[in-house]
Amino acid sequence: MWDPEKEQMPASQLRKEQSGNLKALIRRVYDRVPFYREKMNLHGITPDDINCIEDISRLPFTSKHEMRNVYPYGLLAVDRKEIVEVHTSSGTTGKPVVDAYTRNDIELWAEVMARTLGMGNVNSTDTVQNAFGYGMFTGGLGVHYGAHRIGATVLPASSGNSKKQLQLMQDFGTTVITCTPSYCLYLAEFAKDQGIDISKLGLKTGFFGAEPWSDKMRLDIQHKLGIKAFDIYGLTEIIGPGVAAECCEADGLHFFEDHFFPEIIDPETGAALPDGEKGELVITTLTKEGSPVIRYRTRDITYLIPEKCHCGRTMRRIHRLFGRNDDMMIIRGVNVFPSQIEELLLCIEGVEPHYQIVVDRKGMLDTMEVHVEVNETIFSDEIRKLEHLEKTIASEIHNALGIHVLIKLVEPRSIARSEGKAKRVIDNRNLIIEARK
Amino acid sequence: MIIKQLSIFLENRTGRIREIADLLARANINIRALTLADSSDFGIMRLIVDKLDMALKCLKDNNISTALTSVVAVEVPDNPGGLAEVMNIISASGIDIVYMYSLPEKMHNNAIMIMRFNNTEEAAETLKKQGLRILKQEQVLSL
Repeated sequence: MWDPEKEQMPASQLRKEQSGNLKALIRRVYDRVPFYREKMNLHGITPDDINCIEDISRLPFTSKHEMRNVYPYGLLAVDRKEIVEVHTSSGTTGKPVVDAYTRNDIELWAEVMARTLGMGNVNSTDTVQNAFGYGMFTGGLGVHYGAHRIGATVLPASSGNSKKQLQLMQDFGTTVITCTPSYCLYLAEFAKDQGIDISKLGLKTGFFGAEPWSDKMRLDIQHKLGIKAFDIYGLTEIIGPGVAAECCEADGLHFFEDHFFPEIIDPETGAALPDGEKGELVITTLTKEGSPVIRYRTRDITYLIPEKCHCGRTMRRIHRLFGRNDDMMIIRGVNVFPSQIEELLLCIEGVEPHYQIVVDRKGMLDTMEVHVEVNETIFSDEIRKLEHLEKTIASEIHNALGIHVLIKLVEPRSIARSEGKAKRVIDNRNLIIEARK
Repeated sequence: MIIKQLSIFLENRTGRIREIADLLARANINIRALTLADSSDFGIMRLIVDKLDMALKCLKDNNISTALTSVVAVEVPDNPGGLAEVMNIISASGIDIVYMYSLPEKMHNNAIMIMRFNNTEEAAETLKKQGLRILKQEQVLSL
């Protein structure tokens, strides 16, 4: 355990700390961030109304949409000169969400990532091969700072280039791998093709996140790589990775709730739900300085597990995510909204908004098929013209979103019409994890 | 000189051709010639029918993607070297064939090939000048 004192803090002490930090946070953002002040005024709340952590449910929510609207620095609660680093979400649906870090925020990030890696007892003798993407994406540098904090050796491999990844593993004796779960399985398959037994390379532990993955996939990873696989959770809106992580019990992810306070709400009514009840996860950054976030609606569906964990950590856990309550898909780690596909389709002359997206997982990787109805306008008597149309649509999507999709032309009216919301996405990946209750 | 052909978009699935055949049968439409082109996930059915307008309406009413395509019906001597002779003329005229298929009937004891060119109208004119016998729509339908 990286920080037993914090991670095993008695609940009463934790609540006290949270209460103090929340009070200070609300005072701070009310004074310094017009965005929050205006919202609180609108709801008739002043910082004096917030005295303990339970009062948090009186505060208004923050949505992804609102965070985009104040791009780039609208949530800043410190002087610009205090900001030492900035990360953003991919921004594929419009303006990205900004996470601005002060030096203390970077320290905090390193700390929660050290806790994360500490779940798998990573220490200074380990070599961490970090195959999360480095750049504006938070995955790469988040793991990087955490591994530094622990004093492990970091190989900042970044994502992709599988041949190099395997070479690094062999040359430097990698013991810990961090990447998306689907890339990990791809790498295992790639190694096999190269005649390398990846389970014999000395890997012990892996930390995987940034996309949904099932328990079946975990077993597959553990079996193929001969490692213990940990699920980690985080999001750019909050800090990046390091918001919650699984311990060796692999029974839910411990929420680092001294810094990030979790709530579960009814997504329809916004009402707070008690621990154990399934709903939408809402997070407040209690200690972050640069761009604090109050009651961020993650759209992720889970429930809180209050029971004491066998590992000794006292912080509550969240069940592995059940899915999302909006329509965002995560395809090989890339966030994709059906509306983006729709926009691209409609840019192609003659294509009508009758389409359906079929997501599947073939072997290791997510696949996406887009079914497009052939109307009179785009129908050509010549096979090659229709095949050309398929290629054009696929390359438009690849250019815009960076994912390869298979376009399938289908007959008019073959996609089911609906009176209400059209069913745009058929997800056959079985990522939804069996409910515990 | 130009023949109108029906082109139909079909997904590759069991029973789809039967469904089209049923539709045309119920509308009392006779098929003069038919060919199928296929790719991995869809196909195009090309038809010469006796009652074109009725067939078109019947297909559209059933939400089937259908287009009218201009093609040329060319007589080809029904003997060894007959096709080669015609192809030599087409090739010498610098015309490219997109696709072709044959009609089961004969005209003047010649076989009939349906051909689609890149620029069908212009190609038909050229080939006629070169002495090939090009059939009219009525001729094909009266077979």
